[in-house]
Amino acid sequence: MRKVYNKILSISGNVISVEAEGIAYEELAEITSWRGKSLAQVIKLEGNMVYLQVFAGSRGISTDDEIRFLGHPMQVSFSDDMLGRIFNGSGEPRDGGPPLTENVIEIAGPPVNPAKRIVPKRMIRTNIPMIDVFNSLVASQKLPIFSISGEPYNELLARIAMQAEVDMIILGGMGLKFDQYMFFRNILEEGGALGRSIFFIHTADEPVVESLMVPDLALAVAEKFALQGKEVLCLLTDMTNFADALKEIAITMEQVPSNRGYPGDLYSQLASRYEKAVDFEGSGAITTLAVTTMPGDDVTHPVPDNTGYITEGQFYLKNGRIEPFGSLSRLKQQVNDDTRSDHRAIMDGMIRLYALYKETEEKRAMGFRMSSWDQKLLKYGGRFEAGMMDLSVKISLEDALDRGWEILAECFTPEETGLRTELIREYWPVDLDAAEEESAEESADDQAEAEETAVEETTEADTETTDEVTKLDG
Amino acid sequence: MNQRIGEIVGISGNMINVKFEGAISQNEVGFAISGDERLKSEVIKIQNDIASLQVYESTKGLMIGDRVEFSSNMLSIQLGPGLLTQIFDGLQNPLPEIAEKYGFFLPRGVVLDSLGDDRPWHFTPMVKPGDVVIAGTRIGHVPETQFTHYIFVPFNFLGEYTVESIVDEGDHPVNGTIATIKDDRGQTIELSMQFNWPVKIPIKNYQQKLMPTETLNTNVRIIDTFFPVAKGGTYCIPGPFGAGKTVLQQITSRHADVDIVIIAACGERAGEIVETMREFPELTDPKTGRALMERTIIIANTSSMPVAAREASVYTATTLGEYYRQMGLNVLLLADSTSRWAQAMREMSGRLEEIPGEEAFPAYLESRIAEFYERAGIVELSDGEFGSLTIGGTVSPAGGNFEEPVTQSTLKVVGAFHGLSRERSDARRYPAIHPLESWSKYESFVPAESIRIAKDFLFKGSEVHQMMMVVGEEGTSIEDFIIYLKSEFVDSVYLQQNAFDEVDAATSPERQTLVLQKIGEILDVEFQIENKEEARKFFYDLRQAFIDLNYIQMGTDEFTRQEEVINDLIKGAVEA
Ligand SMILES: Nc1ncnc2c1ncn2[C@@H]1O[C@H](COP(=O)(O)OP(=O)(O)O)[C@@H](O)[C@H]1O
Ligand SMILES: [Mg+2]
Repeated sequence: MRKVYNKILSISGNVISVEAEGIAYEELAEITSWRGKSLAQVIKLEGNMVYLQVFAGSRGISTDDEIRFLGHPMQVSFSDDMLGRIFNGSGEPRDGGPPLTENVIEIAGPPVNPAKRIVPKRMIRTNIPMIDVFNSLVASQKLPIFSISGEPYNELLARIAMQAEVDMIILGGMGLKFDQYMFFRNILEEGGALGRSIFFIHTADEPVVESLMVPDLALAVAEKFALQGKEVLCLLTDMTNFADALKEIAITMEQVPSNRGYPGDLYSQLASRYEKAVDFEGSGAITTLAVTTMPGDDVTHPVPDNTGYITEGQFYLKNGRIEPFGSLSRLKQQVNDDTRSDHRAIMDGMIRLYALYKETEEKRAMGFRMSSWDQKLLKYGGRFEAGMMDLSVKISLEDALDRGWEILAECFTPEETGLRTELIREYWPVDLDAAEEESAEESADDQAEAEETAVEETTEADTETTDEVTKLDG
Repeated sequence: MNQRIGEIVGISGNMINVKFEGAISQNEVGFAISGDERLKSEVIKIQNDIASLQVYESTKGLMIGDRVEFSSNMLSIQLGPGLLTQIFDGLQNPLPEIAEKYGFFLPRGVVLDSLGDDRPWHFTPMVKPGDVVIAGTRIGHVPETQFTHYIFVPFNFLGEYTVESIVDEGDHPVNGTIATIKDDRGQTIELSMQFNWPVKIPIKNYQQKLMPTETLNTNVRIIDTFFPVAKGGTYCIPGPFGAGKTVLQQITSRHADVDIVIIAACGERAGEIVETMREFPELTDPKTGRALMERTIIIANTSSMPVAAREASVYTATTLGEYYRQMGLNVLLLADSTSRWAQAMREMSGRLEEIPGEEAFPAYLESRIAEFYERAGIVELSDGEFGSLTIGGTVSPAGGNFEEPVTQSTLKVVGAFHGLSRERSDARRYPAIHPLESWSKYESFVPAESIRIAKDFLFKGSEVHQMMMVVGEEGTSIEDFIIYLKSEFVDSVYLQQNAFDEVDAATSPERQTLVLQKIGEILDVEFQIENKEEARKFFYDLRQAFIDLNYIQMGTDEFTRQEEVINDLIKGAVEA
């Protein structure tokens, strides 16, 4: 039995200190107060002074409360018995079921050797065009949803989770509201996925520090299952709460904050969690989808900012839609080269035009007269938002690409799209020859007002192009 | 030598305080002993009898009273043949060998020989007994991939030495003795093909440093034409996340016209460097026909690997670059991201409770950044040969705001600035280098006049664009509107470049000169178009023709045909 201490020397924030010997860095202790037992972790050693962060918070802790060091860092039991179970931020059952004690594993283990990683190549289809076409999700990707509170980010998270073909789902909830927690439970139950899910839930009414272990617990378990060959989807919501817990501890420890009170190692802290996403060659994989709420819808806030630098893209959820700007899947190019030959071109081309639409929209809002080009862009913007961006759209990647061409053809002539001729010939949905003639006529009409010589030259050039098209088609 | 030891008296994050006896030196390496693990650490502060060490590993499980052994050496790496094609962590541990031995994860406290294997190198001597040599003298050479790898008298040897013996031409392992030399006190020293060098000390065994003048072709149009990099120069790529810093460095690492590329993946995603690690052995360098990996060294100390080793990784990479520069080669070091290195310094500085500067970065941030880029340069070696080390670093400014300490300190010292813009990346205008805000102090190979004309239009076009956002299209004159269309045209067909297309990804200097000249012709023409719709149509047709050209291999019939299509379009317009 390890030695018990009952003389707490300081209590500040959620950090306490005691004098003790033979204690290891990051070791766990158990504190018994009138409120019950809580775990605490060693976060600093200075001579015989031991500083611990108390997961249940320091509220009500008395200087003579009992502290028992456990002789090991944070651990979690790992077995198939965990499936369908719900645990709290300290890894203890919160579903009334029996505690699990056998086969304990350490959490926050060493990083994966980059030399053992493989290039991810498997696309996860979601049937959401803003994802599948524009920012494809890939197995083993780490990707957060950036959003302000009030947006349906947990709904989106759940929708992707249910759509993704994975073996198991691990949900890490940090500061989760009770109804959100019930929402996940219900939706997984309805989808018949509860039996292959594990929950680590910290709710909004629990002390903030208790959320600190949630990502590590979820990811440690995910890692073990992945090593057993399982495709694991890890959902972490909301990582901003996790970062705020880090901030709280840092401030208590009087660390010099780097940016808006957050500690200088926020980047490394977030990275060590997100980098657990991996595809183990010859075994399973961990895909991590997270939620990062942005205080004040400010993407430059330290939490979304550091996250964006770490994760492999982000889905930017705004007004109930995934915004094309700000959203990114950095792994899309690993998978979108062998889907369909027009995938990449549609992906970039449609967004380039959408950017122009946004500009026109701005001009329109300012009351400028719209040129015919502006009109085209406005029409395009509307079609794009309704046919692609709306989250109610649920179509396969291929259908979405076809729809993309249709929208383009409804709004523009081929060369206005800036797409290469080769692709236009293959995918443009209306008869090109007919369209060419029509546009040649049109331009001839326009130019009737212009100088006569110009008319001749241009028409000639047009005819030539038409000829070439015919030749190549034939 | 007596073993100097100390005892841990404090632990906070990856810093330990150690009580020691006797003498120890700043930046000396020590090992914290935890069970049977030896955790490599570096002395970063000494006060009275307490030394603060940054630990290059997780400190989990260390205890007060644990032993620390000091090594007498500064943090060093091994230099010698066999470095090329390797993948190291920030401390030069070979990652593939670690993977082979330990599997998926990086265990703590593992140190493997960087030039470990005993494969033979075919050594040819260049000196003979009786010759006088000094530090940096080439005593022989071995072939390493496509290069002649010179074997030197270690760079830190002081004074003159006389060669006593040297092996004949033949195969020798990297660690075997190949020569003995005698110093002026008659002491004999054995030399092998490898020696150690402390990474934080620049290698300066050259005659003189020169002004970088020759363009380093990256084959990225916007860079080579508008914001060129010089061999031996320095440049930085700041940009918000997702703007394209890493992709830009990836394509540069493939297509840059240099001998050797050293990639330092410093505190960023592991996945990104894995792409390079997996692809480079398969890709051939069109210039040499050999695998790209044969000219590459990768230093991967990615974001979840120990932070202190991240700080070291930048120095490790630079030292390797300087070493190959000593062989008369042109080396390019790409560091992604220098901000993570700066953050590693910040984390340490915080633990040392130093007085923080702006955004809690240490006061010495600026000088450290300057020292780092100062290690680049084109140098004249002792035999009159030239070698260069070019350094390009990405910067990841907090909130994408360039008014932050790392970006600002970097801008003070580099020769070129490739600023990536969120606006351009949002609009998928890749590479998202801002054409009006970026700059370079180096010269391009494209005739200055072509560049001036194009830049001029980009500038004026952007002015018209801004005006148009205020007064609308109908309030803009047709002349101004055409200027705008011309600038958009240059942007679409020249500044933008598809990194993922085999042909478009790399544009040779000849091709850049040719295409820019064509573009210049178009910009020169004062088009007599009355109507904006018509003007737009004309420039969109032109754009189409150029975009198609961008995807065609130069020197093919198809290319010539497409050139004609373009010529006809121009001719049509000129004659009109
Ligand atoms: N030159 C480019 N061409 C096409 N896509 C690009 C280009 N540069 C960046 N991208 C896209 O943007 C994403 C982010 O680029 P990356 O270089 O990783 O950004 P950063 O390093 O600045 O965070 C890439 O995954 C890719 O999808
Ligand atoms: Mg990057």
